[in-house]
Amino acid sequence: MSEIVLDNVVKRYPDGFEAVKNLNLSIGDGEFMILVGPSGCGKSTALNMIAGLEDISAGELRIAGKVVNKVAPRDRDIAMVFQSYALYPHMTVRDNMGFALKLKKVPKAEIDRKVQEAADILDLTEHLARKPANLSGGQRQRVAMGRAIVRDPKAFLMDEPLSNLDAKLRVQMRAQVARIQRRFSTTTVYVTHDQTEAMTLGDRVAVMLSGVLQQVGSPMELYNNPANLFVAGFIGSPGMNFMPATLTNGSVRLPIADVALPQEVRDRLGRQPDGRSVIAGIRPEDFEDATKIDSESRARGATFNAKLDLVEAMGAEFYAHFGIKGGEMVQSDELQELRDDAGGAGELTDSGETVLVARLSPESRARSGDEAEIWLDASKIHFFDEQSGDALTFSR
Amino acid sequence: MESENTPARRSLWGLAVIAVLVYALFPVIWIISLSLKTPTSIGDGSFLPTHWTLSNYSAVFNTDFFPPALRNSIGIALITTILALCFASAAAYAITRLDFPGKTLILAGALAVTMFPAISIVGGLYNVWRNVGLFDTWPGLILPYLTFSLPLCIYILSAFFREIPWDLEKAAQMDGATPLQAFRRVILPLAMPGVFTAGILAFIAAWNDFLYANVLTTSNAARTAPVAMAYFTGASQFQQPAGAIAAGAVVVTVPILIMVLIFQRRIVSGLTAGAVKG
Repeated sequence: MSEIVLDNVVKRYPDGFEAVKNLNLSIGDGEFMILVGPSGCGKSTALNMIAGLEDISAGELRIAGKVVNKVAPRDRDIAMVFQSYALYPHMTVRDNMGFALKLKKVPKAEIDRKVQEAADILDLTEHLARKPANLSGGQRQRVAMGRAIVRDPKAFLMDEPLSNLDAKLRVQMRAQVARIQRRFSTTTVYVTHDQTEAMTLGDRVAVMLSGVLQQVGSPMELYNNPANLFVAGFIGSPGMNFMPATLTNGSVRLPIADVALPQEVRDRLGRQPDGRSVIAGIRPEDFEDATKIDSESRARGATFNAKLDLVEAMGAEFYAHFGIKGGEMVQSDELQELRDDAGGAGELTDSGETVLVARLSPESRARSGDEAEIWLDASKIHFFDEQSGDALTFSR
Repeated sequence: MESENTPARRSLWGLAVIAVLVYALFPVIWIISLSLKTPTSIGDGSFLPTHWTLSNYSAVFNTDFFPPALRNSIGIALITTILALCFASAAAYAITRLDFPGKTLILAGALAVTMFPAISIVGGLYNVWRNVGLFDTWPGLILPYLTFSLPLCIYILSAFFREIPWDLEKAAQMDGATPLQAFRRVILPLAMPGVFTAGILAFIAAWNDFLYANVLTTSNAARTAPVAMAYFTGASQFQQPAGAIAAGAVVVTVPILIMVLIFQRRIVSGLTAGAVKG
């Protein structure tokens, strides 16, 4: 049993900056927990505190029921995979993987056996005698994984272990990381800024922003039921479309259309003052080419016409970009964070309109420059408070 | 590039190398040549000895002061080097890895220590050493030598430590190493080129010192070889001891030559390649 519990953990630097604010998170035995967020959100700091590489300013950290705030990293019995791999360059792959066991004074024969075993799993057997400098990026990454595996620790901590690999290798290694975690079912905390890794790898995902935990849940929970604007925008690719909206009795006025809200959405919203201004969020996949929609589905949504600036054909799906007028809205901090993370200001068309992205089925005949009728699924609209960014449609 | 190894380019390089070699080695060869000449032919001005002899070397080793001086030199220089490396690696490690108040002050202080001209303190040191009983002893020379070799070593080693990725140390900690183990088994092996560089420089500095050794010693107990060479005399008082001095100089150069030859293979950079991504 080796669950990790963070109880009101705070990291405060001497200059007063709080990198992690009152973090409460409990990671179950054998669970694969992902910490995700934009850079500077405190996720790596949180990981380093679990590892013991950073002091905990306040709060309590328990591993397997024992408070370990003051326990040195070497006595916590957890293994870490670094973003830079941090392989010992003067040692062979074999010595790198066996180093921890050697320090623990494990008999030589057993070290050899364990290293061999790990090397078989990671397909490193023929590289055991080589030095890290002579390995490729993917091989180094596997050695770093192997160094963690051979120890059979209470927990694995991984700090963006795949971010130095090229895109194709990253997908391969992602699958391998998932397989290894399942095989050993060791408690794992995995830090990443890549929401795809978070979605595909984790049993549960914890989204952080500016040192504050935003939401914890299974990937699908976060996806279907985001707690606030930031989580909604961060999870999912391409990101959720946001636009200003006005709630009126039983329906919503969007810049693109007036939409009657289905009963389930109204129930989740509860009683709202008439004419309340909110932010509406619609995922690209909740749009569709109206000609591909049967009449039954058509009834639970609304259609509108849009001029498609750009249609990206991905093979299995099309991404249609189109501009809307009146898409400017109150600037919330969270929207700003999302934009910063996406690398700049919100996307605008040449004429200054806000760009929405819709995912269309590959059967759609819509092409760049066309005027097309687009349908949106009213039951999947998310609503957020204009000021706080909290999801009004969030159900606990 | 095609042009990198044209014959013309190569011969130019060859010429340059020969020029530098002649410039650097001519005095050395001249000294060796002198040391092999007989006392009567020493002033003949010819580059190569006309009458070869090894008598100068046997004369050097048959004195009662040169062999002990050589022993003193080796012992004092080695101990100085080892002590300097031990203290300097600990100090440099702390300076690069820890954040403590007065860090820059310590570095600046170390540099300031080396700026005192030796000649200005050696007189005072003579009196102090006589009073505390360090005069004419090994520690009496090792201590002042440490004052200039330590700052040098600290500077060189901290530059090398700074190059070693901090992640390696964190990895060692996570692997269960104590700070000392992490230092000894991960950091130090990677900083070896720096350790050898610093070590050779400290050794040479201690080995070559004349001033302190001349003032602070008086007998075979601690007199070092560079000083002892001044005590050579000719066969009679009318004879120049040039041959013996030349032989002594050659003998004194040999240990340093051996040191450098042994360690130069270790002074290769790029040892940290492959530690972190690449």
